[in-house]
Amino acid sequence: MAEIILENIVKRFGTLVAVNHLNLEVKDKEFVVLLGPSGCGKTTTLRMISGLEVPDEGKILLDGEDVTLKRASQRDIAFVFQLYALYPHMSVYGNLAFPLQTQGYSKEKIKEEVHKTAELLKIEHILKKKPRELAGGDMQRVALGRALVRRPKAFLLDEPIGTLDAKFREEMRTELKKLHVDIGATTVYVTHDQVEAMSMGDKVVVMEKGLLQQVGTPAEIYHNPENLFVANFIGSPGMNFINCIPVRDSDGRVSLKITDINEIIKIPENIQKVIIDRGEVEKDLILGIRPEDVLLEFKKCENYIGTEVYVVETLGTYNIIDVKIGKDTARVRTLPSVLPDIGTSCCIGFDMSRITLFDKRTEEAIV
Amino acid sequence: MAEVKLTSLTKKFGDVTAVNNMSIGIKDKEFFVLLGPTGAGKTTTLRLVAGLEKPDAGEIYLGEIKVNDFSPAVRDVAFVFQYYTLYPHYTVRQNLEFPLKSRLRRTPRKEIDRIISEVSEILHIEHLLDRQTVNLSGGEMQRVAIGRAIVRRPKVFLMDEPLSNLDAKLREEMRAELARLHIDLGSTFFYVTHDQVEAMTMGDRIGVLNEGNMLQVGTPDKIYNKPKNVFVAKFVGSPVINLLEAEIVGEKLVIGRKDRTIECSLTDFQCKLVGAAKGKDVFLGIRPEDIMVSREKKEINSFKCSVYFKQSMGVEDILNLKISDELIFRAIAPPKFKADVGDTIYANFIMDRSHIFDAQTEERLELSTQKLKL
Repeated sequence: MAEIILENIVKRFGTLVAVNHLNLEVKDKEFVVLLGPSGCGKTTTLRMISGLEVPDEGKILLDGEDVTLKRASQRDIAFVFQLYALYPHMSVYGNLAFPLQTQGYSKEKIKEEVHKTAELLKIEHILKKKPRELAGGDMQRVALGRALVRRPKAFLLDEPIGTLDAKFREEMRTELKKLHVDIGATTVYVTHDQVEAMSMGDKVVVMEKGLLQQVGTPAEIYHNPENLFVANFIGSPGMNFINCIPVRDSDGRVSLKITDINEIIKIPENIQKVIIDRGEVEKDLILGIRPEDVLLEFKKCENYIGTEVYVVETLGTYNIIDVKIGKDTARVRTLPSVLPDIGTSCCIGFDMSRITLFDKRTEEAIV
Repeated sequence: MAEVKLTSLTKKFGDVTAVNNMSIGIKDKEFFVLLGPTGAGKTTTLRLVAGLEKPDAGEIYLGEIKVNDFSPAVRDVAFVFQYYTLYPHYTVRQNLEFPLKSRLRRTPRKEIDRIISEVSEILHIEHLLDRQTVNLSGGEMQRVAIGRAIVRRPKVFLMDEPLSNLDAKLREEMRAELARLHIDLGSTFFYVTHDQVEAMTMGDRIGVLNEGNMLQVGTPDKIYNKPKNVFVAKFVGSPVINLLEAEIVGEKLVIGRKDRTIECSLTDFQCKLVGAAKGKDVFLGIRPEDIMVSREKKEINSFKCSVYFKQSMGVEDILNLKISDELIFRAIAPPKFKADVGDTIYANFIMDRSHIFDAQTEERLELSTQKLKL
């Protein structure tokens, strides 16, 4: 069993609180991604799990054992760094063998384990080479291999593929996920790239400024973001945000006034009820809607907003059409066959079952 | 504004041929993207056009003029680098003015102010004009770098991966801004990147480069839907195209060279094509979005498989499906399909959207004009 538990962890650097009362549970065999922008505390958290940093408050438990004050070398955890840190004077074989040599394995056992790991990572053909002769992707695999060869209880990976080419990153995302499925080791992975988090994580932990924003499966944080930060950070292209204010008409019905352009959108009763119940009428809200849930029409439609085509982006499988709403841009996802000219009049509507309303002040999702 | 023409352009660095006999013509006002992996020769090509490198062979034309012997300053191209290279101790205004105050241009003060005002408005940086560039965010620095190129009103903008240092969100925004800028300025953009999303969304045409060789030039639609070879098919499109080893047996493709696991019926058109293959071994290229998933077996080209693992992308799920150890591929499913790891489902290949590549040459099989003449 290789469960990792963080209890109320705090880490300060001078007056800066890098990690602020973090509670986290990583189950045995789970692939958990710590996701957030630079400076959110994700790497500091990883380093505390590994033992490279000591928390100022709180406990870290590995497999039920309190390892908070244990040295990194005594925790059965392997760390894969962003810049590989391979031993430049050793061959790939030497790099892979080193962790086992320090543990006192026999020569035969080392040979067996190194070849098994090399086969798994498809690096058998470069075992004799030195790191300086390797391409980025191969160095990446060797770094992973050096961690894998020890069969540790858990793997900690710190943005291991960030520096690779886009295409190669995509390949490695699937490779890493596949490796996790095949080996099933507990993994904590740090990244700022939400595509990586979505495609690899069993669970995603979104962090910002040292604080936990939301924890959930990729599907949960995508479809039910709890606040504006999470909604904005997850998804590519990102969620559209439109300023609005709920207004009441003479019949008591609540509609949304789109602030920047002064147009009114009718909303279904269930949403009206939540707005009223939470006292949000006449408050500044933000309407969040993902590009795939925006409807685009080239003729006048009831309850749609009139605008014109600003930019058309073709991605092969689908297109993204940008339209302006006041000074803001809204993006719509369409089929590849939708190719209007720039400047064409059009109107956009929202799939009301898929909108999220955020309170502009608290930034929390209310609907 | 003018076109850019490269004829038989070659550049070597010692033993390495960085650019190999490249001939392309970029049309006036075109947004042309040179796409390829690291080390393909894209930056070298751009530097040759700018005059920062001298070619070993071939000609470079800007408009009708051969510029091989012209220095970079005289070539009237503006280079936007990957790392901005702004003057850190100068304000934004001073950075933008700098090219206009050079000995070559000697622009009058009133004209400089007018140009700065216009350019800063286009790029939404008017409020930053008196700020020192060290105090700007990545996105703001990027705009200033582009602004510094625009003030010169060059014939051609050369851009070397200008978005790669920005974080994902900002890159998304800037793509649309650059596409729009290109239209508003009405200039020729020669843009280099390793990111196929950038190429697909911004380019009027894309040139795919690998190891110094130009593999295909075409519109995004052409490159995506009619890739000339395996490299292009794999490089463009995300998730990556599935490439399955197969053998032509009569009017069918037997997929899985070792296991010979599944048999695919070819379309009528594909039956005509397979005559063009050099041998019987081919690759079937089929994009994940062209494999439909279902719980029941369909009539044609429907194969039983198990869900190996799933990548939930939010808007859709990427299902990694396994038929055998040799035969693993990806299909896209809507989130409401709700497949779990270990489930048995059916993968339905939409063959008329697939491509067949000759295994030896790695070229896509196409009907030659000779055959059509029959």
